[in-house]
Amino acid sequence: MLNTLKLRYFQGKQFIAAPDTAVLGEKFRGIPLLNTDNSEECIKSASACPTKAISLDPFQLDMGKCIFCGDCERACSGRAVKFTNDHRLAATERTHLIIGSRKTIEDFKDNAVKVREDIHKIFGRSLKLRQVSAGGCNGCEMELSACSNANFDMGRYGIEFAASPRHADGIVITGVINQNMAAALEDTIKSVPRPKIIILAGACAISGGVFWDSDVLKRDILEKHKVDIYIPGCPAHPLTFIDGVRRYLAAG
Amino acid sequence: MAWIKAKNNSPVKMQEIPSLQPDILLSETLKECKNKKRPIGFFGSGEGPDVRLFVVLADDIASEILISSCLFRKDAKYPSLTIKAPSFHMFERELYEQYRIEPEGHPWLKPLRFGADKDHPFFKMEGEELHEVAVGPVHAGIIEPGHFRFICHGERIYHLELKHGYQHRGVERLFVKNDKLNSCLAESIAGDTVIGHSIAYSNAMEALLGIQISRKAEIIREIALELERIAIHIGDLGAIANDIAYQMGSAVFGVTRTLIINSMLDICGSRFGRGLIRVGGVLFDIDDALAERIIVSLDKAVADTERAAKTMFSTSSVLLRLERTGIINKEKAAELGLVGMISRSSGVDLDIRNDHPYGNYPELTVKCSHPQGGDVFARTYIRYAEIIKSAEIVRSLLEMMKQVKGETILIPPANNLLSDSLVVSLTEGWRGEIVHSAMTDCNGKLKRYKIKDPSFNNWIALALAVRGAGISDFPLCNKSFDLSYCGNDL
Repeated sequence: MLNTLKLRYFQGKQFIAAPDTAVLGEKFRGIPLLNTDNSEECIKSASACPTKAISLDPFQLDMGKCIFCGDCERACSGRAVKFTNDHRLAATERTHLIIGSRKTIEDFKDNAVKVREDIHKIFGRSLKLRQVSAGGCNGCEMELSACSNANFDMGRYGIEFAASPRHADGIVITGVINQNMAAALEDTIKSVPRPKIIILAGACAISGGVFWDSDVLKRDILEKHKVDIYIPGCPAHPLTFIDGVRRYLAAG
Repeated sequence: MAWIKAKNNSPVKMQEIPSLQPDILLSETLKECKNKKRPIGFFGSGEGPDVRLFVVLADDIASEILISSCLFRKDAKYPSLTIKAPSFHMFERELYEQYRIEPEGHPWLKPLRFGADKDHPFFKMEGEELHEVAVGPVHAGIIEPGHFRFICHGERIYHLELKHGYQHRGVERLFVKNDKLNSCLAESIAGDTVIGHSIAYSNAMEALLGIQISRKAEIIREIALELERIAIHIGDLGAIANDIAYQMGSAVFGVTRTLIINSMLDICGSRFGRGLIRVGGVLFDIDDALAERIIVSLDKAVADTERAAKTMFSTSSVLLRLERTGIINKEKAAELGLVGMISRSSGVDLDIRNDHPYGNYPELTVKCSHPQGGDVFARTYIRYAEIIKSAEIVRSLLEMMKQVKGETILIPPANNLLSDSLVVSLTEGWRGEIVHSAMTDCNGKLKRYKIKDPSFNNWIALALAVRGAGISDFPLCNKSFDLSYCGNDL
């Protein structure tokens, strides 16, 4: 007992006091900024991308495809693409994830997440989510688990993961959505009572990620359901996830 | 000669690999397996309509790899090895699923990765008082998908059958499909073993490219590998604590892991080490200031882990749940061909860092003392012992960094891959041995890429560990193994 109390004493307070203003380490690769001035560098950065996230005409970077490996930034020495360490990457429309050359961090962040009034009213104070891994690599799964640990403590905002889809208000999908999981994913989505929200976490869920040209993807399920939030990353950082969901709920 | 001998990461020419008659290869394989060799590769490669089977055995005493092959005609059959050497059971199922070469008499020749949409031929038991429990593929927690089928008598498990394949993403085929080097794909084979799989992939590619990376790059990779081991082991201690409702352990280990993975973010910008390792070396250096920060985090993490682990392992309600639960004894572990941490906790001492060392591991001691009872307690305690040991290794490696100042960290790969070659690359990830075998054609293009995650060997151990146990012990046993679904499903 004494040892347990001692253990508790040494732990102190571990939670991140203000996730809204938290800044990640310098080397973290977050929102990318683009510069079209030097077309040669643009070409170099586009051809370095392993997931074809960068298009040339016009020069754009799709954060839904991006795995934030930084290969483009190195190829152009940061002249065409430069990653900031801003982790607030979430968006409510797929097209908002595409970064053009004129965007600043503020442009992106201010417009990316649109609040839905009805969702805010019902789930603003309490949201229970069910996670389904559909052909993932356990990277996003570990980060989503970390959202609930004593550091990130997502539960303080009333956002928690539920064990059963019947108890959930929404589904978080990770992984590429492959043939073998498509049916189970469909069943799980059906089991969530309406109104429900759907969140795609990680590059794989949004676009297939590094597996974009695999022959076992079966992503037509996404055409049947409206996706509410896209959380980019490979894997999606816990703060990116918490920030995205909270802004969508407009939780104050 | 029935076998060609190679070393870890040393390529052999395809012409030098013996091509035997199938029956001779199979009897030679059984003979060697009786002689303390163990299978680390047993895979096919298409040759027109026919299939060439490659058998790769590890000789852990001589630190050698034995390779041989035989040609099977399309749809050939052969007498199954599994009956005589059970460690082949998964390899034979895989070969059958991929190339339709049938091991006759295999006791459970079932789909491995492609049976999800079909009726799976589960084992059946008859009896009025028996019932079945089906779990998954969607589980209750935030974990990967897999299906478990229990046959129970009341609370007691008679048999557990595992059905996998739900995480199948076609990784091996993608390596062959893409001409370019694809380190990002290697990082996504299993997201909890980013460093382990990246090192195995990079070592294989560098061997085929004929590049020797700098010592500094080797040291940085090894630091990352040991940090990954520490981080996941700490996380697992927390998860095991959580499964026995020991909330203090769950909370403390959970935040202690954060210290280590944030050090990883400090090194390379990703909490799991993505973007650090590339073919030819590493992309991020560790300077003195960063080394200092790593040591500070490491010291704190080790102190916190020691304090929490000592408290946890002296709490009788914890020990009551861990001790004598889910036992895999030494004989069973050896017979099934278990690897890595799981085999070591059952007393079978296998560790690639020791048996087939590469990089700086010959200069480092990796052995640590730990219980070998093969129960959940042994599998939990070994994590604690390995955390302490790996922290020592990281400190020694950071010390070595001082000798290699100024060395380059990345040699950009300029050459083409060696043509007509096979290389076998072994790495000890936190779960155990990771084997990547890469084969090139006459133009120096990859024609077959074979990955074996330690989970591939070890899943069967979970099924056997819970036999006779109460079904409520299953989550705890499962967590004590903490096997990878995606590493198995590829």
